[in-house]
Amino acid sequence: MRSIWLGLLAAVAFYAPAIAADARPEATITLASTTSVDNSGLLAAILPEFTKTTGITVRVLALGTGQALDTARRGDADLVLVHDPEAERKFLDDGNGVNRKQIAWNDFIVVGPNDDPAHIAGGQDAKEALTAIADTAAPFVSRGDKSGTNALELRLWKAAGIDPKTGAGAWYRDIGGGMGAALNAAAAMPAYTLSDRGTWLSFKNKGPLRIMVEGDAALINRYDVIELNPAMHSGAKLAPAHWLALWLTTQPGQDAIGAYRLGSAELFHPSAANPK
Amino acid sequence: MNEIANLADAFTSGELWQIIALSLSISLSATAVATILGLPFGAALAIWRFPGRGAVIVAANALLGLPPVVVGLALYLLLSHSGPLGGLGLLFTPSAMVIAQTVLALPIVTALAHRAGEEYWAVYGDALMDLGASKPRAVPALIAMARAPMLTAVLAGFGRTISEVGAIIVVGGNIAAYTRTMTTAIVLETGMGNLPLALGLGLVLIGLTTMICAGAFALAGRSGQ
Repeated sequence: MRSIWLGLLAAVAFYAPAIAADARPEATITLASTTSVDNSGLLAAILPEFTKTTGITVRVLALGTGQALDTARRGDADLVLVHDPEAERKFLDDGNGVNRKQIAWNDFIVVGPNDDPAHIAGGQDAKEALTAIADTAAPFVSRGDKSGTNALELRLWKAAGIDPKTGAGAWYRDIGGGMGAALNAAAAMPAYTLSDRGTWLSFKNKGPLRIMVEGDAALINRYDVIELNPAMHSGAKLAPAHWLALWLTTQPGQDAIGAYRLGSAELFHPSAANPK
Repeated sequence: MNEIANLADAFTSGELWQIIALSLSISLSATAVATILGLPFGAALAIWRFPGRGAVIVAANALLGLPPVVVGLALYLLLSHSGPLGGLGLLFTPSAMVIAQTVLALPIVTALAHRAGEEYWAVYGDALMDLGASKPRAVPALIAMARAPMLTAVLAGFGRTISEVGAIIVVGGNIAAYTRTMTTAIVLETGMGNLPLALGLGLVLIGLTTMICAGAFALAGRSGQ
């Protein structure tokens, strides 16, 4: 029995370094961001350079845009990097955020199974494609998680004059999950879904899925960094967060974003100087 | 084969070792706290008779089915900067993950320790009291006597913590190199479509758990001799 207690003591001692790491958070900020910039590998590729230059460590929370903004609203993050213009506008109007700046853009794409039951392959009009999917009752996976991608999808349905909820339980499949979960589900069903290009390019379980529709101006995907309003979030680490916002929107950060590639594909186009 | 190479890369990069170390330190810490509180509490429940004892036992057993994501959410709201304990700054830290897993493991250790203690107390309780032991002193004696099922209680608590993801991904945030554990890494790799790597990590996790259980049994066997 004694050896068990000794083992438990050893376990507590083992944990001590992690507690020590909690105790010195001064030069560390929390960035609430979206799965698309994190899972695509962008932040892991560019943030070490920022940390090397400034000594500021960045902890990244990869969430949906809605959840990322909520986390910052509650005071649990120091900076946000998200991609839903409408939700961002509300965050600014509520007085939570200041200094929104676009750092990069890419685009959304409609992906779907090779056999293409809705016959939308090669199209450039997202609205038309969604209409065809609804008309043929072809399976469509929705994120359903208030992410930026989900918000755009719902705007596209609205623009097409379709209420997809009427297809719930049949062809419209709201999985309530992240981009990866939606792509895994779409590959398995198979079904159509809307994806950001960054996640799509880095995703490794595409199965029968391929790009069906791209190039519509309505499918542009803008990533904005938003600082917190000092009046409402005095507890946040505003100064180091400002350094990161500044770095992302000026040449060193912009160059790093443009230099990040998977294979030959540039995943994010830096656009701080010429916002799209 | 590419995925096996990925797993091999993950091992040699050192990142995986860090993830394994964090998983083990968090789960073992939570198990340690749950053991230090739960074994004596469970044994005491077997020894003392007091009003409301039945309700406490029912509660401990009912909490065996505590949903991790609910524990995570409740702790998240408590530890958030806009919550009552926000000033502690614990949200998205390993400490918050230890607290969450302790809450999950404590009912398991308590309920199983009570069950084990009750059986041994029924048989040896009178003899212990005749030997002049007071009830407080009977608690460690009972734990030592019932050490085999007590060890099972501790390992069941450990099993709950090392395999759990719902609570720690909410309160830890799955931050790379800081709060990313084996289970949250598996969630992440699944999300990135790296299914073979996710499965490989799962097998590593199962192997580790097996090794720890085997080690615990070996220790208990030696101390029993």
